[in-house]
Amino acid sequence: MLAMNYRGPYRVRPDYNKPEPEILHPQDAIVQVTRSCICGSDLHIYHGLVPDTRVGSTFGHEFTGIVVDVGPGVEKLKPGDQVLVPFNIACGSCPFCKQELYGNCHESNPEATAVGGIFGYSHTAGGYDGGQAEYVRVPYADIGPTIIPPDMDIEDAVLLTDVVPTGYQAAEMGGIKKGDTVVIFGAGPVGIMAAKCSWLFGAGRVIVIDHVEYRLEFVRNYAQCEAYNFRSINDPVLFLKKATDNFGADVCIDAVGCEAAGSALQTITGRRLMMQAGSATALHWAINSVKKGGIVSIVGVYGPTGNVIPIGNVVNKGITIRANQASVKRLLPRLIEHVRAGRLNPKEIITHRFPLEEISDAYRTFSAKLDNCIKPILIPPAARA
Amino acid sequence: MENLEEKYAHIKGWGIDADPDNEPTYPIKKWTGDDHKRLNYVRPPLQEQTVEVLHSNERPGLSAVYGTSLPPSGVSGSIRRFAFKYSEGKWAHWLSLIFADRVNVMEGYVDDLKAGHVPNVFSEQGWKAMWKHNPKLVARKVAGGILVTSLVVAMLYRKSKKTENFKE
Repeated sequence: MLAMNYRGPYRVRPDYNKPEPEILHPQDAIVQVTRSCICGSDLHIYHGLVPDTRVGSTFGHEFTGIVVDVGPGVEKLKPGDQVLVPFNIACGSCPFCKQELYGNCHESNPEATAVGGIFGYSHTAGGYDGGQAEYVRVPYADIGPTIIPPDMDIEDAVLLTDVVPTGYQAAEMGGIKKGDTVVIFGAGPVGIMAAKCSWLFGAGRVIVIDHVEYRLEFVRNYAQCEAYNFRSINDPVLFLKKATDNFGADVCIDAVGCEAAGSALQTITGRRLMMQAGSATALHWAINSVKKGGIVSIVGVYGPTGNVIPIGNVVNKGITIRANQASVKRLLPRLIEHVRAGRLNPKEIITHRFPLEEISDAYRTFSAKLDNCIKPILIPPAARA
Repeated sequence: MENLEEKYAHIKGWGIDADPDNEPTYPIKKWTGDDHKRLNYVRPPLQEQTVEVLHSNERPGLSAVYGTSLPPSGVSGSIRRFAFKYSEGKWAHWLSLIFADRVNVMEGYVDDLKAGHVPNVFSEQGWKAMWKHNPKLVARKVAGGILVTSLVVAMLYRKSKKTENFKE
């Protein structure tokens, strides 16, 4: 079959001879992919920043597809069902899944206890092949995969597998009170969605900080919020303090993670020398920009080692930090309602559609922010027919 | 569920200020009390192990399911096995894995060549898209590459000249 094939940092290619996946567990399903996305977090593995990313891996944790085969233990799905597949692989029976922490499953990742299993996200996340392929093995098929409502556009559905729930949970974890000022660092797809979702929780003011002008313009229009370029405001923390009567924002959201720009020291130590788990500039700004007793919500991806952040300020300001991988399954019923009611319109953030065969150019276009790229999706040959 | 009030009756005031609403993980976590049962739950059926799978030493064994497509192999595999001797809290674990990844890239080249495939690195890096959307950047990178190569060649040439003069 055709699948994306990782060859090393900044190097991927289409592999036309990857063996098709097989049922390896009674609760497995095999899904024929109809759409898959490249996620901003895929860029971290594409850039070689995630440990235990093996050559030959197939990435992709955001995908929809058609069920083509199921194991003997699968009861809720049958061949022919059109499903969206959450990026977390969750068993549904461990203490974490039982408490709806589906992103923290204990039975889907042998390689690390700090993260649950994720499709196509290195062996640190379980060593599963991902959805940037024609077919994928989907474990625990009765738990994660959700049948796409017949009235839902497949391109809305594919964004419900990660980017929308992650943006929504970023706002949810902010504990937003009606009238709150919410600051979001990062105008990538997740930051854009977090801005949009902050209004659903009653934010009074939404401010997005980034340095990529076309993304700032996009989020201003899409999420009806304020957006500022940190290159032109010099000191974002001071700017945000002044913008909030020297009080600080009620809620700050880090939607950037380990590849943040904006601080030479963080960039050199985090991204170039890898002396810390990426550059924590956005988190640094979030901690310093939030009010005393405020909440910092983190959905940006960081590596497993450690980062330089002002933890003393967290203590002295009495900040509550909330973070997790999005619990997609928990959020799906509400998010499907929002999409059907027109309160969220995910597919409007899709700017590029690539044939799966053009995977190398797709990654480069997204990574280098070429052609005003916000969100690229990949379409396998059979789904184009 | 055991009766905690009875269990801790000998401690004066035990639990008197406990507030079930004081739960900062709400609404992300639906508290059920299962945390206190630890890992004593009915596990899903276990996937049959057919290839080598490394597991964190912070857990007793494999999870019920896992990916199998790329078991550890070669020099990078040996480094990965070494890495998994250390817990996730140790830099030795993660830095070894990153090192193994870089070695694995070299192994990837060798495997390609052994299979009679010369990798087209420019295509794999998506330079076609770069050229289409940002030709100035491509031109700058090519010019930079030519400049650096020229400097290296010039330095090597001067060094070899000096060696020749010294011999004379």
